[in-house]
Amino acid sequence: MSATTERVLTDEMVAEIQSLLPRYPSKQAVTLPALHLVNERLRHVPLQAVVEIAGILDLAPADVQDTLSFYGFFKQDQPHGKVRAWVCRSISCHLLGADEVLAHLSRRLGVKPGETTADGRITLEYAECLGACEYAPCMLAGTTLHRCLDTQKADQFVDQLR
Amino acid sequence: MTRFEPVLLANIEKPDSHTLKVYEAGGGYAALRKVLASMSPHDVRELVKASGLRGRGGAGFPTGLKWTFLPKDHPGPIYFCLNADESEPGTFNNRYLMEFDPHQVLEGLIISCFATRASTAYFYMRYEYPTAWQRVQQAVDECYGAGLLGKNILGSGYSLDIYLHRGAAAYICGEETGLIESIEGKRAWPRIKPPFPAVEGLFRKPTVVNNVETAACVAQILARGVDWFKSIGVPADPQNPRDAGSYGPKLYCLSGHINRPGCYEAPLGITVNALINEYGGGIRGGRKAKAAIPGGISMGLLTAGEFDCPLDFNGPGRYGCLGLGTAAVVVMDETVSMVDFLHNSCQFFAHESCGQCTPCREGTAWSLRLMERIKAGKGRWKDLDLLLEIGDNIGIIPGTTICGLADGAAWPLKNAIRKFRPELEEYIKRTNPQGYAETRAVPALQLLGIH
Repeated sequence: MSATTERVLTDEMVAEIQSLLPRYPSKQAVTLPALHLVNERLRHVPLQAVVEIAGILDLAPADVQDTLSFYGFFKQDQPHGKVRAWVCRSISCHLLGADEVLAHLSRRLGVKPGETTADGRITLEYAECLGACEYAPCMLAGTTLHRCLDTQKADQFVDQLR
Repeated sequence: MTRFEPVLLANIEKPDSHTLKVYEAGGGYAALRKVLASMSPHDVRELVKASGLRGRGGAGFPTGLKWTFLPKDHPGPIYFCLNADESEPGTFNNRYLMEFDPHQVLEGLIISCFATRASTAYFYMRYEYPTAWQRVQQAVDECYGAGLLGKNILGSGYSLDIYLHRGAAAYICGEETGLIESIEGKRAWPRIKPPFPAVEGLFRKPTVVNNVETAACVAQILARGVDWFKSIGVPADPQNPRDAGSYGPKLYCLSGHINRPGCYEAPLGITVNALINEYGGGIRGGRKAKAAIPGGISMGLLTAGEFDCPLDFNGPGRYGCLGLGTAAVVVMDETVSMVDFLHNSCQFFAHESCGQCTPCREGTAWSLRLMERIKAGKGRWKDLDLLLEIGDNIGIIPGTTICGLADGAAWPLKNAIRKFRPELEEYIKRTNPQGYAETRAVPALQLLGIH
């Protein structure tokens, strides 16, 4: 951990996490909702946030870190890009060219899956089945599903973000 | 053949089908009103049991029977979890229901909670469904506003709260005890059973976990009756007392090399051929089919010659597949290489194995390494035997793992190698003419991106 112990959770975030406590008979159950809440605001969950979440939920930081690290979803070292784009690589998308779309985006953006562009605009990710197989190959960027992709449509998506 | 008139999907093409107003205008929540006004939880449980409804999430366990495993006269609380963690490759029927008819799901969920005397329900939805998340949340808010949720629903004295809980992109959370652990804020490691969730589940209390489509079926059974439900599908085999039958309509997901991919409602028992030709408009580009996944990738493979397979709870098993699963049919045309298919399947399971049981964690990771080597032209015939050895030894069925994820990883291996062995051997010999017959140990290749 870095030397600074400056708080990273704002009072609003703390209040929002606390407002979820009555929903569950155990404080630990708020772990995943709290991680999502922080991740939506900070685009990552740094270790200091883990410590602070643990404090709210009466847990050891290791308990929260244990859960967080299981999912492989929450970045910790640095925030993900403004848009996180998940390209599906599971079977239906794979059959219809998902690999080409992912490789194309990777080349075009100059990043490998899991990495963020230097300008911080896009984090490229691969995903397992996005549950939109009728639109294969597909990509979830933020909350928008991009359907029936090909390299041209992938280019349009990148152009619109620039 | 006349098309089955959709019931579960009857609303989805109406404008604003996701709103309470449109749902109620079509007769929605009448079943819930009837239940709360005139039925006891026991009555509802018996009715659902009599309908023969089997869970739509993959395992096909009889829903009413699952409910009756709850301890009698338990002081509570009893928890209900709705499993909306749909993540099986090829599957998207729950997404359809949640995006286009969330109130049908909620009506079934409220009735199911009443039947099981649960006063808190957690709606566990996968992260990848932002539109469904927003619409279900909106539908829940509408229900609270209309007195359909909260304290003393419609003056009946029954109270229920529903909370949405969001997953974080992990397939294993669809396993019911993995889901429970995930809600509890822990890593989603499935639990050893028994005790089953009905006895000791969420927060160590009796718990029912049901699928989204199952809830929708419950709403329709209460609205239309047991006789209606049992008039659809495949009756139980009278010669087999263990057969629970395959009653009711089912949402089939059709994707892959198909002209009109989509989610289609048909009676349980429709054949793969009928689904492809009558609903899917045939194979893309006029090509021939080569194989199909019968019900999500975990269920294995059917060859094109096996497309007469009926998609009911018993059908795929008779063709060597694991079962009906999620009834998600992914069609592959003649251009697909089985090496490529198997590599994709192994990649998925190596990524999604939760790591708790060694046979699954190591088996899925090594099967991907073997497939990586075969795909790269360094495979050996012996590798197929090694893959089969993995396939035959990981999972609940050989008894080496806690949950069924490994069975799902094993079935594509077993089916693809046993049904397409000549093709796989030919690929290995062609791409590795010097070393295909080698049987000594050789090093694994560096892997790219399992995690």
